[in-house]
Amino acid sequence: MTAVDVLVIGGGPAGLESAYSLANNGYDVAVLEKEKNICGHLNQAHSLFPNFQNASEVRSAMIDKMTHPKISIHNDTEAIRIKRDIDKWGVETGSGKEFMAPALLLATGFKSFDPKYKEELGYGIYDNVITTTQFEAMCQKGSIVSPHGQKVKRIAFLNCVGSRDEKVGNHYCSRVCCINAVKQSIEAKKVLPEADIYCFYMDIRMAGQFYEELYRKSQEVYNVNYIRGRISEVSPTIDKRLHVKCEDTLSQTPMKITFDILVLMTGIEASLGTVALGQQLNISGEYNFAKSLSLHMADNYSSHKGLFLAGTCKRPLTLPEAVADARSAAGEIKNYLKTLKQ
Amino acid sequence: MKFHPFVIPFIAGVVFLLILIVFRLKQWLKGLDRKQHFFVKQNFLSLKTLYAIVEVFRESLLHFKIYRKNPVLGYMHMSLAFGWFMLIVFGKVKSVLYAGSFFEPMWLSIFFNFFVTSNEPYPYAAVMTFLMDFFLLIVLSGLLIAFVKRIYSRLVGMKKTTKHILIDRIALVALWGIFPLRLFAEASSSALYENGGFLTAGVAQMFSENFASIVELPLWWAYSLSLSIFFFTLPFSRYMHIPAEVVMIFLKKWGVKTNEHHSGFTNIQLHACAKCGICIDACQLDFAASQKNVQSAYFIGDARYNKLTEDVVNNCLMCGRCHEACPVGIELTMIRQQYRNKKEMPGKLYYNYVDLNGYHANVDIIYYAGCMTHLTPGIIISMKKIFQAAGMSYWFMDEEKGVCCGRPLRQQGFVQQAKDLVHKNLRMIHGANAKLLVTSCPICYVSFKEEYALQIPLMHHTEFIESLIDDKKISLESKAITAVYHDPCELGRNAQIYDAPRNVLKHLNLKTSKCEKNNGLCCGSSLSNAVLDLDHQIKVRDNALNVLLEKNPDVLVTACPMCKKAFTHGHKVAVMDIAEVVAKHLNEVKTKKQLSEKPEMITFAK
Amino acid sequence: MTNWGFHIAKSRIIDMDTADLGVYRKVAAKVPSAKLCLMCGACTASCTARNHTPFNLRKNHLLFRHGQFKGLAKEFDKCMLCGKCRLVCPRGVNTRALIYNMRMALDNLNYTRIKK
Ligand code: SF4
Ligand code: SF4
Ligand code: SF4
Ligand code: SF4
Ligand code: SF4
Repeated sequence: MTAVDVLVIGGGPAGLESAYSLANNGYDVAVLEKEKNICGHLNQAHSLFPNFQNASEVRSAMIDKMTHPKISIHNDTEAIRIKRDIDKWGVETGSGKEFMAPALLLATGFKSFDPKYKEELGYGIYDNVITTTQFEAMCQKGSIVSPHGQKVKRIAFLNCVGSRDEKVGNHYCSRVCCINAVKQSIEAKKVLPEADIYCFYMDIRMAGQFYEELYRKSQEVYNVNYIRGRISEVSPTIDKRLHVKCEDTLSQTPMKITFDILVLMTGIEASLGTVALGQQLNISGEYNFAKSLSLHMADNYSSHKGLFLAGTCKRPLTLPEAVADARSAAGEIKNYLKTLKQ
Repeated sequence: MKFHPFVIPFIAGVVFLLILIVFRLKQWLKGLDRKQHFFVKQNFLSLKTLYAIVEVFRESLLHFKIYRKNPVLGYMHMSLAFGWFMLIVFGKVKSVLYAGSFFEPMWLSIFFNFFVTSNEPYPYAAVMTFLMDFFLLIVLSGLLIAFVKRIYSRLVGMKKTTKHILIDRIALVALWGIFPLRLFAEASSSALYENGGFLTAGVAQMFSENFASIVELPLWWAYSLSLSIFFFTLPFSRYMHIPAEVVMIFLKKWGVKTNEHHSGFTNIQLHACAKCGICIDACQLDFAASQKNVQSAYFIGDARYNKLTEDVVNNCLMCGRCHEACPVGIELTMIRQQYRNKKEMPGKLYYNYVDLNGYHANVDIIYYAGCMTHLTPGIIISMKKIFQAAGMSYWFMDEEKGVCCGRPLRQQGFVQQAKDLVHKNLRMIHGANAKLLVTSCPICYVSFKEEYALQIPLMHHTEFIESLIDDKKISLESKAITAVYHDPCELGRNAQIYDAPRNVLKHLNLKTSKCEKNNGLCCGSSLSNAVLDLDHQIKVRDNALNVLLEKNPDVLVTACPMCKKAFTHGHKVAVMDIAEVVAKHLNEVKTKKQLSEKPEMITFAK
Repeated sequence: MTNWGFHIAKSRIIDMDTADLGVYRKVAAKVPSAKLCLMCGACTASCTARNHTPFNLRKNHLLFRHGQFKGLAKEFDKCMLCGKCRLVCPRGVNTRALIYNMRMALDNLNYTRIKK
């Protein structure tokens, strides 16, 4: 049994940021991370939108902060069961360890939509249909190659895969994939200046500082093409490239175009941990994201006393948004712990 | 002569009923089309008529089919129909025995106990009296169940009971009145003349002689009146199903079939519906998707009274579950289709824009994936792999520019448009000189089978794969995977392919499910229903998924691209088409050897 | 009479002030999901008929919405009702019901035997 002041479930950017903030305020914090490494999805990122900051810089800064003496990191530790005693939260983990604290922070984050549910897009059937995460890994390695060894001349990015799609049950917009597609198309051009890049979108949503500028730059400097139409079918060509069907809705004409790589901008869904713990704690809201007490007035609170929420377990957020939310959660927890002492 | 004015309403009722039935019968038979007439004339004087009589006895009187579906309900129908029939038969026998002649007045047998006291002995009187009371008891027991069913339909295992219109209610009340009134009328007479059996005499114990003499006449009047009201209302109420079912059974035995055109036979079937409500309980739109008043019982009722609306006609999955369940054997799906069919406009061509030039080849097999299969490319690449493994050359007919098989149009009633497409596809199919047509879509399969006059054999890929395994052209590795197979409506109830997929899946640990084969559920995505919105499709799907996943299989296997898509979107289990399962578990060694012997796929460009 | 220029202008704009928008309202009442269309074009891209002929469900739906019925009946007759469009639609539009009802609304030939 490990007793601390605050238990943080989830060692992604949000969990870590709030742990650091709380530790700086003198509280003992334990972070439970189900994976081998902390930093969550940041581990899969090469560069960050909109300023192309290297993800590894942000990662090392985060890992540095975790050397704080008041923070204990528990890797490979998945929270399985959460128990509530009077003024205490207990957590049982998959490895059989037990933790206890007066305050619990849920920072269980998101998972990427699994595009095999959109079979018509050919993910898992044709090797050159990949996810945005896989593409990021290619950028990281600095080599963008087709699995069939052909020279990559054309890359397509398809937005809203698993988001804004009633067929898979996700009506919402994931908010980050539009700008991410812009970023990745520029990365693609940086690696393959000769390649033609096409982004297929239903709406381009650039509601963040410098996003629109990046979109503009992708057109002006990198010659990225934007086509307003949703790809609805993918089929293989004889030389194993991809035939893509969509309507160029602005010219009102269907379009057929061949690509070497199709990148699916998979959306954000509640992570398995968010779903499981959310249901256990009875705080699962729409689409299984965790539900805060009040969006405008108590967004870090849950309906349980002493249980707090931070980051993308609540809804799709960008990295800076998630981190800012984590800091605000730390502030709320601090206030809560003070009232407990009185 | 034995006569009393109270028999007049009864006689009037009987005469009226007979005239109306003869009139209706003439109308119905006149409405038959030429082919149907031909069958009637052909088989009228044949052994088939005898079979029909047996069938009428089994179904219209004993109600075996309902009994098998629901014993309580079956007993109810049997006791009412058969019990009443026996009352009429033995009543007649009794009065013939009494009168000594066959031509006694027809009301004598009905009101026997009023006219014949114990002072007038006749042969076998005791036996007859016993039998009459016995069958009266049987009828009354059925009546009691019917009464309970009206009030608590769940008691007899029915979730739904149909709503009645006014004339139905009048007939119902009259019908329910007949037998209790008869009991009390006979009991009152028994109290006076001691001519009752165990039942009537038993009830008569409660009557003082004085009381009996006051109520006797009014009771017999009431009995006659209830009979009369029932006979007068019968032709306009749901009880018309009794004569209509008899007529239907004869016509069916003579070989008359329901076709795509509305005819007298349709009218007969519309009237043969007993409004038993069994079809409502079978319908997923009712129990899973809360679509009310569209099920076959309602549809038939609306059609009969000319109240049908487009929404009712179109809001049906055409899954065939009700057709399978209907104890009367009404061809519900076909009849609904008749009401969907639009007028044809001679000479009008809709799909002239389809250009067929250059589409043919000399190959073993024509592969027609189907429109929907293009959205499940996993099935297509699996089929390609299987063709190659079996070493067969094929032409992928709808790879680039497919033409729809026509069934979706036909099911929405656009018959002429559908025929246009059939014509187009047929030209391509026959142009290709292949030995076999294989399709991956059960909708296309049924379409090819029923609407195309194909000159080459046709197989759904489940049958095709089964034949490849039987011929040892491919073999599959055994896997310790638990699987449940979902019967697509079109492949199952419509095409009766139940064994092929199960034979193919023998290499897995195949579990059965509660609803399979002809009791299979619809995935909700049925193309036949263009009315149902996504939310309700999802409800039907989730209902089916819950049943299919009861045994927690590792994989749910199906054989239809629509079912696959629907179930995949349910996010509950891995869903695979049978072709994908086979392609994944092909014995690799054999595959490679055969591949080198035979050429690769042949692709056709225009 | 030279109102040649006027004709050109007339055919080139959608005059929403004079257009009959009620027909669409009726169709949308029968097929409420029609209102959800975000004009993504997935339906048109997948369309079976579209492989053979210029037929654009998305565009024709929009024209119908805006009361521009001229020539549409003929366009809708090209549809094979195969249902692929419905399966790819991200907004859950019941495209087949939409086409069916638009087709019926434009149809003055009294197709059906039953009451509407
Ligand atoms: S951010 Fe863009 S790509 Fe992502 S769901 Fe929203 S609109 Fe689609
Ligand atoms: S259609 Fe058949 S099952 Fe349905 S109510 Fe009529 S007789 Fe019963
Ligand atoms: S065919 Fe299926 S959906 Fe239609 S009424 Fe019968 S059971 Fe219901
Ligand atoms: S139903 Fe009609 S519009 Fe839709 S894909 Fe098929 S042919 Fe095209
Ligand atoms: S696919 Fe759906 S949302 Fe997209 S244009 Fe077609 S109907 Fe509209």
